[in-house]
Amino acid sequence: MALLTLVTCAAVAAPLVSSGAPTAQHDIVATRFLPPLASDMAGGFHPLGTDRFGRDVWTRLVYGARVSLAVGALAVLLSAALGIVIGGAAGYWPGAAGTLLLRLTDFALALPRVVLLLLLAAFTRPNAGWVILLLGLTGWMSVARLVHGEVRSLAARPFVEGAVALGLRRRRVLTRHILPNALTPVIVSAALGLANAIMLEAGMSFLGLGVQPPTPSWGNMIASGRDTLVNAPWVAVAPGVALVVVVVACTLLGDALQDALQPSTIGVSRRSGSDA
Amino acid sequence: MLAQLVRRATAGAAVVAGVVTLTFLLLRLAPGDPVERLLGPTATPAQLEAQRHALGLDRPAATQYTAWLGRFARGDWGRSIATGRPVRVLLGEAVPATLELVGLSLMLSYSLGLAVGMWQAGAGPRVDTALSIASVTLFALPGYWLGLMLVMAFTYVAHWLPAFGAADLDADALTGWSRWGDRLRHLALPLTTLTLIGVGGASRYVRGALRDVHAQPFVRTAEAKGLSPWQVMRRHVTRNAMIPVITLLGLSLPALFSGAVFVEAVFAWPGMGRRLVEAVQARDYPVVLAATSVIAVLVVMGNLLSDICVTWIDPRIRHARGGEP
Repeated sequence: MALLTLVTCAAVAAPLVSSGAPTAQHDIVATRFLPPLASDMAGGFHPLGTDRFGRDVWTRLVYGARVSLAVGALAVLLSAALGIVIGGAAGYWPGAAGTLLLRLTDFALALPRVVLLLLLAAFTRPNAGWVILLLGLTGWMSVARLVHGEVRSLAARPFVEGAVALGLRRRRVLTRHILPNALTPVIVSAALGLANAIMLEAGMSFLGLGVQPPTPSWGNMIASGRDTLVNAPWVAVAPGVALVVVVVACTLLGDALQDALQPSTIGVSRRSGSDA
Repeated sequence: MLAQLVRRATAGAAVVAGVVTLTFLLLRLAPGDPVERLLGPTATPAQLEAQRHALGLDRPAATQYTAWLGRFARGDWGRSIATGRPVRVLLGEAVPATLELVGLSLMLSYSLGLAVGMWQAGAGPRVDTALSIASVTLFALPGYWLGLMLVMAFTYVAHWLPAFGAADLDADALTGWSRWGDRLRHLALPLTTLTLIGVGGASRYVRGALRDVHAQPFVRTAEAKGLSPWQVMRRHVTRNAMIPVITLLGLSLPALFSGAVFVEAVFAWPGMGRRLVEAVQARDYPVVLAATSVIAVLVVMGNLLSDICVTWIDPRIRHARGGEP
């Protein structure tokens, strides 16, 4: 959690913690492939070295964090919103419409996501907005399934029956009484989904189907460092390490949220812990 | 049970049909024209028109779709627009390469993951935490980046293993063991990449499943009647914990194929993923359609297989399903 906050703060405060613009090229010949912790002749300090165009890797990493985190977060928000609407509707209005929505979810869940992303990414010259849309549209299914299950079990609980008996409209019962109680697993899965979305964004950018250079994204930074692995490994190492750290942080955050928000599973693991 | 399997298989066939239809639609809606890429920027409109007519691309989409479906079912998968080679030959070369990579990594990562997960479930809290952190980190590694790091270490620094391809240029001249050795040396890095990531995921699942089962009353009964911890683990815990693990194994197949797309791109491994990326970029319709269908069939078959395994392991499911009309 602390790590994620740190990375987010660095990304938001990118101009303050870095020197110059991420696409700034100075004297290419004099400043390219400087190793980490080196200073160039103009006196600029490069904590993570420079790439083949003499751009500061640290600056690009921090600005890349803006792109990667924002794309990941917005994509997860979009898929969570879609999943809640579809899962909620399917769970609370059983019958033909609900079954249809559930079948749609199962079908979409069975599609190979990366294959779909590859096809869709070829539609237009890719940019960050398009990547958010694609990741959001291909990631809602697991949320929908979770919400569907929660809504079905909550709908049979006495407090919901009470609300229905009071004469509230069904939509109001769903939005005011059921969905707020069904959000816990969604929050947990959103943290894990964030890790996944950041990874996929980087993967698409790595293949050249996501955020396009010179805008820095961790994926296209790894791709650009790929050709210079021998003489300048730091160009590819730095964004990769950043990516792993953020994804691990998201996963641990998801686990911690699960323990904090769903005490029932904690009981089981504690008990089994003492048995082991 | 048979009726249940037939129902599953029908649902799987529906998924495959849906994937194929969706791919066809998406390809037609996407901008970019394979004929323009094939003939180059100097082609006249008349030449473009003639080529389109020759490939049947000027007919209505619905006609093209039914014609393609009919030919596909008969085994005539057409020719690649970009290279002119028959699609079946192209994919016939790629499918074994991907199955080799994905199949071996699946086997290795689940057997290693099972071992690590079992060790972790029985170990003290310190070992458990250390292994948990290790498995989360492995699971978080992007395949293409881990691949590049391995290439850096084993190819550029240590000069031990080749960085890309499935065989050396002179592989055709090699015979017997040296040919196998060459193949294994090329397989080592992509396989290690996929397996390391797979072990991270698998050991997490196994640990979770073992812990859940360990909390059940029947395990306490088994302990109370005096079985040794090893017997309890083997006979009562592991067997029950396998049910969710095998289901997850089936469900992780699409992710594994996705991972293979990136890893094949990094290592220039001549498999389905790389073919698909190339074909999408070249708008090579016949190859994209056939490759997507084959991947969908493989994924559906994998899921079906894991269903059968779960039924075989868990008598409760077998009998419950057998009782159904």
